[in-house]
Amino acid sequence: MPASSVLDLVGNTPLVELQRLSPRPSVRLYAKLEGQNPSGSIKDRIAKAMVETAEARGELQPGRELLEPTSGNTGISLAMVARIKGYGLTCVMPANATPERRRLLELMGASIVESPADEGTNGAVQKALRMAQEEPRYFMPFQYANEANVRAHYDGTGGEIADQLDRVDIVVAGLGTGGTLMGAGSRLREAFPDVVVAAAEPLPGDPVIGLRSLEDGYVPPILDVGKLDRKLLVTNAESVAGVRALLEREAIFAGVSSGAVVHVAHKLAEELDEGVVVCVLADGGWKYLSAPFWAAEDVEEAMETSVWW
Amino acid sequence: MTTVRIPPTLRPDAEGRREVAAAGTTVGEVLQDVADQFPALRARIFENGNIARFVNVYVGGEDIRTQDGLATPVAGDSTVILLPAMAGGGIAR
Repeated sequence: MPASSVLDLVGNTPLVELQRLSPRPSVRLYAKLEGQNPSGSIKDRIAKAMVETAEARGELQPGRELLEPTSGNTGISLAMVARIKGYGLTCVMPANATPERRRLLELMGASIVESPADEGTNGAVQKALRMAQEEPRYFMPFQYANEANVRAHYDGTGGEIADQLDRVDIVVAGLGTGGTLMGAGSRLREAFPDVVVAAAEPLPGDPVIGLRSLEDGYVPPILDVGKLDRKLLVTNAESVAGVRALLEREAIFAGVSSGAVVHVAHKLAEELDEGVVVCVLADGGWKYLSAPFWAAEDVEEAMETSVWW
Repeated sequence: MTTVRIPPTLRPDAEGRREVAAAGTTVGEVLQDVADQFPALRARIFENGNIARFVNVYVGGEDIRTQDGLATPVAGDSTVILLPAMAGGGIAR
């Protein structure tokens, strides 16, 4: 039966075995291809869930405008949901966000508000929070603190993996808001009590950390690090090596965070004699084609000024 | 000695250094040694005897909060990385 809109095509993503990347045949490695969602990333799940949860609770009515600090996948997914449902969308992003991202968001109907480039990620969050407080027409889903983010991964990502496999020993996902790891992690822990929930976390370059004070630090309210079993730093160079390995061994073109996830999954798989490891690959590689690292002699240097997921 | 990497955020309190050598068999001991060498760092790294909320500490690339916290063992040749907690989720491209 045909879908009534792209929103009906969110989720139910395929799971594929990575036979050529597994360290040994007795360890089965699988990838959940979230880039197959209609706007191209795992964020379709949470954009749809956050908006529909707010509608159901009466917190979001026609005529309101969505507001979110993002220049990444969440903005693109919210733009898709906003278009279909008839809401406006404003994205707050650092002034140095790539023109490619801006163009895509604008084509999908989003308005852009810039935050100071030197304040990076946290600056965009602070500015969006202020705007939402000052202007009541805005409704801010705010993925960092929205339980519907976690719920979308509990019901969707985690539920689907639990249905797709009889056994899961390790699940690896990228750490951003923490939504995937908290939601899918707790669903899989119910199905497979001994599962190891592992986070792949980007090691930021010095320019990204900047000179901001620790008091500007931010831990997403939905993230409870105590619910993670492993949390591993991945360098930009390791992430890109993971992206290349996925392409060369499995012909899967995935984004930077997926490369990091595969790096961690491979490392943890090597600790197993046998078992099942699942990687959640958040997006495809298409949005990174113009990135500077593909041909760079020094990958770390080419990537150190940006946050890649 | 263990190498402790200092993020840009904390370097002003460590005489501008990117790395500091410190002694100890656990993360707690190593960081105490760092704080003894650079007293201004103590109040920034520690909060009520534990690691401050907005500081992440890694041994061998793994967060000590998912290991044994300050009791996490540190081998002599390993690197301890300090990082400020930052928002992720694809904002800042």
